Amino acid sequence: MNNHLLFDFNVDKAAKTVFITREFDAELPLVWDAFTKQEILDQWAAPAPMQCKTKYMNFKVGGRRFYAMISPEGQERWIIQEYTSITPKTNFKLYNSFADKDETPELPGSEWDHNFSEQNGITTVSITIFNESAERMEKLYEGFRQGYTVMLTNLEKLLATLSQKL
Amino acid sequence: MKQDIFQAIADPTRRAILTLITIQALTPNAMAEKFDMSRQAVSKHIKVLHECELIKAEQSGREIYYHFNAKKMQEFDNWLAQFRQNWETQFNQLDKVLSTIKGQKK
Repeated sequence: MNNHLLFDFNVDKAAKTVFITREFDAELPLVWDAFTKQEILDQWAAPAPMQCKTKYMNFKVGGRRFYAMISPEGQERWIIQEYTSITPKTNFKLYNSFADKDETPELPGSEWDHNFSEQNGITTVSITIFNESAERMEKLYEGFRQGYTVMLTNLEKLLATLSQKL
Repeated sequence: MKQDIFQAIADPTRRAILTLITIQALTPNAMAEKFDMSRQAVSKHIKVLHECELIKAEQSGREIYYHFNAKKMQEFDNWLAQFRQNWETQFNQLDKVLSTIKGQKK
């Protein structure tokens, strides 16, 4: 496996935006499929030991993917991703919100923007998540949190970053 | 509704208040003075920061002093670290899926 694939994760707390960039050792059409086809999404789109299961998916503007993240204990967390814009093999946008099992959304959600590009057989995917809510995400990971290594960020450094943005 | 911590620190004045009180706990009046703001405006910011537990109130005689709650900020950073870790895990899973599909095509 190629270990030199870029992974970039940045958070602009003040702008409430998360920027994620990742390279994949595969051609663009395949990576595009991996993000837009239910049978491939279900194989990777939940961090182990969680699993995801798509109830239905309709990849078109105005269509949805309705799926659950399932914990090893069988606890389900439902999520709606509604596609708001699609430019095939280039870009798609969606509106992500948590929901109950009857598909009632818990608003507000967040806006996700995915960009795809390929160079020399390496595909780069850039994802921007706007308006992610810490509180909502905390709900999702409640109960899944055991055992992770706590990364303590130096407070001085954090505040310096924050004040630079003033 | 409980305040979202992102929302709380999205505001420049609130970030400035946080920076200031890491150095020294302050009363609402002292804050109003330092930022040249009305007592009412300061109260609003305090309410937001207090609801998401970024600051703690401590009564001292007749005055209330607000302290920075470093623990909450750490929790938030831990959450971000977890969020990043989840994405990383998912992408490593996707690497494997992609390589399997590529293998099947050959």
